[in-house]
Parts: sequence; structure tokens; C-alpha cells
Amino acid sequence: MPTIQEIASYAETGAKKLGIAKYDVYGATVDETSVQVDRGDPKQVKASNRSSVIVRVWNDQGKLGVTSTSDVDPVGMDLAMAMARDASHFGVEDHIPNFSPEAMAPTAQVQAEMLPTAPVGDLIHTLIEVEQQLLQAHPAIASVPYNGLAQRRTDRFYLNSAGALRQEARTYASVYLYSKTEQAGRKPRSAGAMRVHHGLDRLDLQGCVQEAAEKTISHLNYEKVSSGKYRVVFSAEAFLSLLGAFSNLYNAQSILDRRSLSTVEDLGQLVASPLLSVYDDALHADNIGVETFDGEGTPTRRVGLIEQGVLTHFLHSAGTAKRMGASPTGHASIGAKVSVSPSFYHVLPGTERRSDFSLKAADQVVFIDDLQALHAGVNALQGSFSLPFDGWLYHQGERVSIESATVAGDFRELLKGIIYLEPELEFTPAGLCPRVWVEGLSITGEG
Amino acid sequence: MTLATSPSPLLKTTDLLSRSYAPQRDRFDASWRPSLSTLLGLGRSAGADFIEFFLERSNYLACQAEEDAITSISPRIVTGAGVRVFLGKADCYVSTNDLSFEGLKTALDKALSIMGLALPGPATPIAEINLELLRDYAAARGKDTWLEGCSSMADMGEVLLAANSGLAQRANHVQSRRAVYFRDWQEVLVAASDGTFARDIRLTQSVACNLLCADGEHRASIGERQGDTSNPQFLTTWDYQTTAEAVAESAGKMLYADYVESGSYPVIMANEFGGVIFHEACGHLLETTQIERGTTPFMDKKGEKIAHSSLTAWDEGLSTDAFGTIDMDDEGMPSQRTLLIENGVLRNFLCDRAGSMRTGHPRTGSGRRQGYTYAAASRMRNTYIAPGDYSFDQLLASVDKGIYCKKMGGGSVGPTGQFNFAVDEAYLIENGQVTKPLKGATLIGEATEIMDRISMCSNDLGLAPGFCGSVSGSIYVTVGQPHLKVDGITVGGR
Repeated sequence: MPTIQEIASYAETGAKKLGIAKYDVYGATVDETSVQVDRGDPKQVKASNRSSVIVRVWNDQGKLGVTSTSDVDPVGMDLAMAMARDASHFGVEDHIPNFSPEAMAPTAQVQAEMLPTAPVGDLIHTLIEVEQQLLQAHPAIASVPYNGLAQRRTDRFYLNSAGALRQEARTYASVYLYSKTEQAGRKPRSAGAMRVHHGLDRLDLQGCVQEAAEKTISHLNYEKVSSGKYRVVFSAEAFLSLLGAFSNLYNAQSILDRRSLSTVEDLGQLVASPLLSVYDDALHADNIGVETFDGEGTPTRRVGLIEQGVLTHFLHSAGTAKRMGASPTGHASIGAKVSVSPSFYHVLPGTERRSDFSLKAADQVVFIDDLQALHAGVNALQGSFSLPFDGWLYHQGERVSIESATVAGDFRELLKGIIYLEPELEFTPAGLCPRVWVEGLSITGEG
Repeated sequence: MTLATSPSPLLKTTDLLSRSYAPQRDRFDASWRPSLSTLLGLGRSAGADFIEFFLERSNYLACQAEEDAITSISPRIVTGAGVRVFLGKADCYVSTNDLSFEGLKTALDKALSIMGLALPGPATPIAEINLELLRDYAAARGKDTWLEGCSSMADMGEVLLAANSGLAQRANHVQSRRAVYFRDWQEVLVAASDGTFARDIRLTQSVACNLLCADGEHRASIGERQGDTSNPQFLTTWDYQTTAEAVAESAGKMLYADYVESGSYPVIMANEFGGVIFHEACGHLLETTQIERGTTPFMDKKGEKIAHSSLTAWDEGLSTDAFGTIDMDDEGMPSQRTLLIENGVLRNFLCDRAGSMRTGHPRTGSGRRQGYTYAAASRMRNTYIAPGDYSFDQLLASVDKGIYCKKMGGGSVGPTGQFNFAVDEAYLIENGQVTKPLKGATLIGEATEIMDRISMCSNDLGLAPGFCGSVSGSIYVTVGQPHLKVDGITVGGR
């Protein structure tokens, strides 16, 4: 694979050859290995070493064209440049994206851990071992049908014809275990857990096994839940998945496209319970995938989205920031149309512990551990959701697994219906968040 | 007379240094035979039981119109290869962007080392694999000119702007209009140590409209998609006026719709994309991938009744133009028509090579993958429930109070067979009549239970394009069914 410096050189040569004066390139090289096992034997091992770049070219009229390619040798880069130039003739005429004004501004100094990749044999051996531990955790756990251990090294870069050149490398490892039960006369039940870190040696494998086992066992005794309105507690993972699904609420590009639940005028308005404060912080010390610049080369930073219930900032690219008179926030991905997306959420925890909001004493309270099928059950433009979930019904402090049910509502009403945030933060790959209590959501039980 | 025989000496690893492999860079053809034959031979000499190379070149182009402007034209070029090595029933898969002989050899070497094998030493003879004559589905079906025959960027823009204009003319309270088109041209070459050597070109195209209407707190978002796999000029044949009309009408009805009241109802599922219920609730559970994992309740039910006797279902890759149609699968096997369920009885599973090896079921030409970064797995193609004898009106007349699910959203099935589907456009059925519009419905249930509740199928089979995400990535599929009645299903709402 060519180095980043070689790709930069190919781009410069290709641009000269084609008479292109202005261009930028964002790309990455990924070296990845993953393993799956099946009852003590390796099932499938995957490895890849691949590169991809996206090239933006501005033509003589200042219009923009884009092409992405995985063919990063000189011939491939020349072709990508030529195709981008051809596409530029059909580029937008209004609000044409430009280089980020911060593409050469200093980025944060982050000491991200870089760990060496482990031999494949170690991955297989480790996963077989944890699979075995999970199978031994309870006689009802019959299999771990979904499991995986992966490690990845990513080298990403941004460069432009004005001289910007940024690059950074990261290592990342993940494990997931999803076990399934079988008991005579009972429905199969399943649950899982996931852990991420910078490398295999730092993964909390025991924590993953214990969590998967504990959750799976807790679903063995299940009951139907009556349909109705319930006080609902979202786990950190469940709340962040919902927040992510409705991120058009604070996405400047969606707002400009009129495909958001918000408008520009909503900035400064109360959109949630005053208990809620949400930040996006790509640089957070707990973010395993920390990135110091976005797809336009803009430095990433911490951005307050909702503070004490008030919508305070939007996530921006260079283009949306310019149109709204704001600063870029480091959330852009380049393309023919630049898109904007969150990096790593930080929902502030509650400030006090209240005994009246304790699951140990909760009565008729539904705890939602994991929301499913968000791609199908969320209508982000309407603000509505209707989603199956894994969870428990708490009755006088005792919990019983819910057999099969959905939770439905309007996301904006949900935000305003938050009644309590627990004081402890939980770490998830999507961010940090406490458990969130919400009043009066519709639960539909099956049958 | 005697015949002099002079067998050519076996190739040795040291000989590779003096060989020059120069397959076509811009085309997968018979010129790839020598290099792939040698590489496969190297893999077998190393001790692998089976080796397969999958080579891919793709040329993708998407165009998007928002309101009255083209806001995005996105070309993407992909080149890559994957090598899969089997040792016993275990396998590994290594992918790379580097299609040079050395690049492919490096990938093979990595795959072999993962399996505990090593490339043969310098003096080891290499039994090159005798690949079959190239089975070239692209040449046989005249696909080599498909890419040049596709619409130009200018044509794309013109059609999409006209479609968006159609939406503006027909809808009220429009907040946002979007029309998108993509074409995905893919050339693939499969070479395997059992002699498989096959090439194909696929051209998948799709158009879609999406309309967001808003009036105060009322909002409705409705989309419509169409697709094709064999007509380069598909875009110019798209009747966007009819699509715009249908989308605008649906959005108008759903804008002020009430939220559905949760409960258990008899449901009439629409034809065409209504078939997503079968795809999710049953189709995935008939893939051998699920048998391997032990996550299908149907794994030991072949030959047994698993559904209502009114239900017969197929999966095939042969329908002309359908979104899941393929001439060969991604393991080089010709596509076929597979009977899944016949009058309620399970007849066949969908099976890829690894699935066949691990479960014993026969391959069905169903080994599919998104691209070179994925190993093939058993996946659906065009999957549908066969038509029945009833009319749509007879289905409606059989329901006193229920839900008509006219337009389905997406859905999924979990590891224990629980499924869920979003309903984008629904109506209340009262005394056999479709009455008021409803929104926010989700259908949930157990696959094993719901299959026996599909009690009536109408005679109006319709197909619709879809995208299916699973273990081997996102692939193009068709879902389909006639209108059908489910006697009782849980509807999640507010």
C-alpha cells in the first residue's frame, strides 16, 4: 500500500497533469483482523488491508466535483481526479463548499494509546476461552451464536492544495459476546455485551463475559407486560442510541436542508427538561476512537448541544458554519455534499442521588437496556419512534424480564419528559451517559 | 508408431520469479487464468483444502436533487480482491486493494499463515489448478456495453429535477423534496481450487423520491423506490409523474393521521414491499448461516409443516429485471429458483459453499456479498410468497376491525426469531372497509407463530426492490407477496 506521502505526491502530480489548481483529499488506510468462534473452534477469521480516498476538485468556474476510490496507485488517483473534474461541471452553484478556514489551525495534542496488534492465534485462543467461560456461566446458556474479537489500526489523513496536511494513527480493539439460552418448554432468550479499548491486552474481557452472562440469565424468567403508559428508565446505551437516531435535532446541515426537528430559530430555546445537558466531545479522554480533525481537516472540539434543556449549539461543517455565521465544529465528512455527524456524546450526570428514583424500590417501572431495530422503528423526520427492546419490569424492587415489547413515543416529548438523571456515568462506545428516567412512555406487550 | 510424450515439468516456487503475469488491468477475462491458476496451486500445495479468489471492480455513481437543484453527484471507484482459505470446516478471509500478482500472493500468504499453513518452499512443485474455460455471463448476455449505455450525468440531473418538480406540483405543505438515483456497476471474477472460473457484470439501478410535509406539529415523511438490474436506460423509462403522484397522495393522507392504538389486530399486509415481513420473519431463518449459528427455529424442520397450508414461497435469482436477480452468485454458481415452502411445508434452505460444508444442505446459488471485503454467505435474492386464490376485496371483507398496512418501512429479526417491522402508511379497517389513516405502527411477533397465522393470500403478487444488511454486507434483494391476511399480530403504537 502507498504511504500517505506517496498518495499526496500522486494527487499533486495528477492535478498538475490535468490542470487542476485546487483540490483536497481525505483518506484512510485500515489494517484489520477479526475472529469468530463456534463452540471451541475457530469459525471464521477475516483480515484486510485496504485504503480509500475521496478527492474533491474545484474547476475553473469554482464548481466542485468529487470522486472516491480504493485504487490509490498513480493510475487510480489520476482517474479519480479526472472523474471528479468531470463531475464538477454538474456541481452546485450556491453555497459551494470551500476549504475549511481551520484546515491548518493547530489540532489538540492527544496522547492516544497505540498498542501493537496481537497475533491471530492469540485472538482465536482468547475468544475461545471467553466463549467457554460464558457457556459455563449457566446451564441454560447453550451457545454464543454471535461473537467476535477484532483489532484494527487506522491511519487517516487530510491534505489540500493550499498546503494543509494532517495525519494520525489509532489502534482499536473490540469484543462482543451474544449468548442464547435453551430450556425445555421455554422460549430461547438472548443478551449480550461489548467492550472496546486500544488493544487486545486492554480489553475488559472478564467484564464482557460477566455482563453477557448476567444479562442472559436475568432474561430466563420472563413475563408478558401489559400494554400501557409506564415510567421508563433508559440505560446509557439505549438513551445514546435514541439520541443518535434523532441527531438531526442539532445537525446544522439537516436544519439547512429543512430535514430536522429543529429550525435555526430554536437555538436558545428550551427543547428538553432542564435536567438534561448534552455535549459532543471527540477529544474526551474516554473516547477510544478519538480523532483530532474531521474530514475537512477542521480540528475537533467539545461542543455544548443542549445545556440545562436549552438548545445551545449545532454541529457544523465549514460550509454550514459559514452560512449560519458560526465556527466549524469539526464534525464534517467530505463528499459531493458535505455531511455532519456527532462524534462522542457526553451527557452530564445528575447532581444528586434521590431515593425516590431508585430501581431497588421502583414499582411498575420499565428498564430499557437495549433498543433494537432503530433503522426501522425511528422516523427521524417525524420525531416518532416505535422500537422493540430488551429490558425488565421492576415491581416493588424486583425485576422480571419482559418477554417481548415495544416502546413508542415522540422524541421531543421524551426529552421534555425526563424526570431524573442518575449521578453515575456509564461508558459506552457512543459516549458517556447516566441512566435516564422518563415519565409516561407507551409500552406495548406482545399478545 | 510410438508417441513421444514429454510432460511439461511441474512449476516450482523459484520459477515464479522468472514468470511474468500481466492480466488485463481494466477487464477481468481469460488473461487472469495463469496467475490465478498458479496462486490457487500455491494455496493447495501449502495444504489448504479449498481456496477461492473473488476479484471485483465497481463503478458507482449517485445523483441527488433537493428542491430544485442538483446537490450531489458522487462517483466511487472500487477495486479489490478477497481470498478465502478453508482447512477442514474452518476458514479465513483476507481482502486487499492490490490486484497485482504480488498483492494477491501476499493476501494468500496471510490467509495461509492465519490457518497455520505456509507457502511452499523454493523447490516444491506447484500443482497449478486446471481452471474451467471462463464461464463469462457478461459476454454471453451482452453486458460488456452496459456501463457506456447508462444515462449521462446531465440526463440524471434532468430527470431528477423533473421528478422533484412533480412532487412540488402535487403535494401540499411541502417542507422538503428529494429525488435520488444511483447506478452500481460491478464486474466480478471468481476462481477457485475446484476449477471454478467465472465472470459476471451486474448493473443495479434505483430511483427514489422522498417527501416531507409539515403543518404545525403535524409531519409526514413518505418515500417510494424502484429498481432494475438489466436495462442501462432504466432512468429514462422511469414514470416519475406516477411516482410523484403516489408519494404526494400518501403524504397528504398521513400528514394528519392519528397514532395507532396499540393492541392485537388482524392485519392485511399490502403486496409488493409488504413482502418484507416474510423476508425478515422467515427468509433470514432459512439461510444456512442461521443453521450454523443455531439461531433458526426451523433448522431441523425440513419436510415439516412450518406455516399455514395457504402459504407457498420462493427465492430465486432468475426474474428478469428484479432487484435481486443474478446470473451467478458470488461463488461462481449459476443462479436458480429455490422452493422454500410448499403449502406450508419447508422444502429447502438457502445455502452457500461454507453452509453446505457445515450443514450438509445443497448449494443453491445463494452465496452473496456486498463486495470484496466480505466473504460470501447464504443470502436471499428475489424472495416472495406465491399468489393465492382470493381477491383483495375478499381479504378486506373478512376483517371486522383490523389494520391495513399499505406501506411497510424496514424491519429486522433477532437471534431468537423475534421480528419487528415499521409501518409507514396504515389504515384502520372497520367492517370490511378501509377507513381512517394511522401512523406510528410497529408489527412485532415470533416467526414460528406468525407463519401459521397467514391465512389468506390474494391473487395479486407484486415485487419491490430492497436492501438487505447481514453478515456479508448490504446486498440488493427483491421482496414480494400478494396482499395477505394475518389473523392476529401485535401492533405497537401509543
